[in-house]
Amino acid sequence: MLGKTAGGLYWMCRFLERSENTARLVEAGFRIALTRSNDSASEWKSVVTTAGVQAGYSAKYATFEAVKVVDYLLRDKDNPSSVISVTEKARTNARMVRTALTTEVWEAVNENWMQLKDVLKRPIQETELPAILGHIRRNSALVRGALYGTMLRNDIYDFANIGTMIERADNTARIIDVKYYTLLPSASFVGSPLDNVQWETILRSVSAHRSFRWLNSDDTTSSAIAEFLILDRRFPRSLWFCSKALAENLEYICSDYGARVKSSDMIDAQRNKMREQDIASIFDTGLHQYISDFIRDNNAIGLQIEQDFLFYG
Amino acid sequence: MGDDAVRSPYQEYQHWFSNEDPTRLMKKSKEAEAFFRRTGITFNVYGQAAAQERLIPFDLIPRIISNREWTRLSKGIEQRVRAVNAFLHDIYHRQEILRAGIVPIELISQNEAFLPQMMGMTPPGKVYTHIVGTDIVRTGENDFFVLEDNARTPSGVSYMLENRETMLQMFPELFSKIKVQPVSDYPKNLRRSLAACAPGGCNGRPTVAVLTPGIHNSAYFEHSFLADQMGVELVEGHDLRVVDGHIAMRTTQGYQVIDVLYRRVDDDYLDPLNFNPDSMLGVPGIMDVYRAGNITIANAPGTGIADDKAIYSYMPDIVQFYTGETAILKNVQTWRCSEPDALQYVLEHLADLVVKEVHGSGGYGMLVGPAASKKELASFAAKLRARPGNYIAQPTLSLSTVPIFTKKELAPRHVDLRPFALMSPNGINITSGGLTRVALKAGSLVVNSSQGGGTKDTWVLED
Repeated sequence: MLGKTAGGLYWMCRFLERSENTARLVEAGFRIALTRSNDSASEWKSVVTTAGVQAGYSAKYATFEAVKVVDYLLRDKDNPSSVISVTEKARTNARMVRTALTTEVWEAVNENWMQLKDVLKRPIQETELPAILGHIRRNSALVRGALYGTMLRNDIYDFANIGTMIERADNTARIIDVKYYTLLPSASFVGSPLDNVQWETILRSVSAHRSFRWLNSDDTTSSAIAEFLILDRRFPRSLWFCSKALAENLEYICSDYGARVKSSDMIDAQRNKMREQDIASIFDTGLHQYISDFIRDNNAIGLQIEQDFLFYG
Repeated sequence: MGDDAVRSPYQEYQHWFSNEDPTRLMKKSKEAEAFFRRTGITFNVYGQAAAQERLIPFDLIPRIISNREWTRLSKGIEQRVRAVNAFLHDIYHRQEILRAGIVPIELISQNEAFLPQMMGMTPPGKVYTHIVGTDIVRTGENDFFVLEDNARTPSGVSYMLENRETMLQMFPELFSKIKVQPVSDYPKNLRRSLAACAPGGCNGRPTVAVLTPGIHNSAYFEHSFLADQMGVELVEGHDLRVVDGHIAMRTTQGYQVIDVLYRRVDDDYLDPLNFNPDSMLGVPGIMDVYRAGNITIANAPGTGIADDKAIYSYMPDIVQFYTGETAILKNVQTWRCSEPDALQYVLEHLADLVVKEVHGSGGYGMLVGPAASKKELASFAAKLRARPGNYIAQPTLSLSTVPIFTKKELAPRHVDLRPFALMSPNGINITSGGLTRVALKAGSLVVNSSQGGGTKDTWVLED
């Protein structure tokens, strides 16, 4: 496979994942704003921060209001991470690697772009927002379904998955990073359940408010939530899960190619580190530090993969 | 055709069509468009940033050619392709045809399409024109004229394939009633034909790749389509480099040697070291690898000298010179404006003629006299006088028409036809069919997709 093709698949999936994550962040923010209007500005601000676009947003707007944030995150072409921007980039990458995709996957990605271009053409009214977010989510599910159902399980599929997992791990880690202060046990909070709204926002941002309840019933302590987001082995957006999937996909490629690469060592080191700590010791050594390290390592692994497999000339 | 009778190849179709409900057909026509958009069968138009990717309008009435007509046509194309290939070999070696005084030497030596770098170099298998798309028009029952030989990198074959695919999906019942020769073998034949032209030093199964200028090129869809259909990599210049005297592509496992490169990049951009130094699309040093015999470039660099519009007027002589036969397909009468008498004639009859740039393509920079205003004629005359050698002129042929499906009814429109010929040391293979381009405006003679033309499926009947 061409290095360029591997890179195109990787980025196509990163962008698709980002589109879905951004939509989910907006959805969570919108819900909080509806149920708790007194503090919505700070909520929207943390949505923008989590999406990693604060600098660009602040250059354009002075305040954090629903209309502005929603517009910036979903349909502003000046924002390189807006849903419309990344959908277009995903489609451009798909077009570039079209020979590596099945017709079903290409059509799903192409239609996703054609439809969202149309849906996001005009400023969004509040009443339409749920339907639009649903549309984004559904399209994303279609692409994923086409990938899962039609692609050969070879290096093409592995590079696509690697892109998804790097992006997803980054997203979950950033959600924790932005909200970590609400998870920190302060004097008044020790042992007491977290503020309902806070934990719901976090869990909704990763589409896991129901899964979490199934697994943990009433135990909504900060440590239970942090453990779920970081170390849970079943939850497909936990750092553990992403890291494991990443390691596996990389391993498939390496055994396919009969070669070991530097990024494999890095992902092994990361996984060993994760195995050594439970949630109590993570809190002991500092949640913020742990998450910052994870984000840095995850990025470094992504960059190393780009080099190991000659994505660029 | 002049009268209202249905020509015999169309009779069976006409029978089917007359029993169809026009509303159903209209719906089908819309479906086809949605299908093209969804599958991304689009082309990019230069200089139209907003439009970016456009669809080529597809007309659902097939253009139908009888087996007898086709046999004659394909014989003529084969003869012409063979002559073009022999001409190229001669021009880049002994230049017998110039010595014989059949083609004037200035026409070669002062021609931008002539590549001195190709002198004395024989491409693997002695094949220059691996793929040719001859443009043909018809003025009467057996009157086929060649408009252009397109020996560089002819495009449009993906539309030939996709148009048929669309027709098969829309009207499967038609194909069980009427026996149409298939076109779907083209990608397989292309790969086989290219592989047969691999360099002598290539051991085992040759590695073929398609070189594209990238996703912003107007024909990018076709490039990726052909690579995909052949099962070969689609590469860009920056994926390639010279490794140990070969061209190799950057894969996830290191560099892998390419034996045959089907390039869809113009000569000028192929090698910044040997040609245009500003090119970002090519591969530095590929010409040196080529001259060392370590890669096949299809089509060979320098083939443009054969499909040049000034050379065109000599084609009947060229065919005669190399094949010893009279050309089966006619040439359109052509005035070379470089000749004073011809220029005089063209200036006097500008309103009746079609004037083309010698090196132009795609219908750009062309004057259709009968359709031009007085002002346009005057300004074009000035251009002609300034650079006569840059132009040729041809009469407007009374082109045959075929029916298209419009909102109201069937209506006649002018068409041309581009069949595709593949050449290898094993022979010449012509797919039974081709790309029919149609001028969608009533009376218009311009069929180019960049100028608002459309396409049709082209049927060659089984006996």
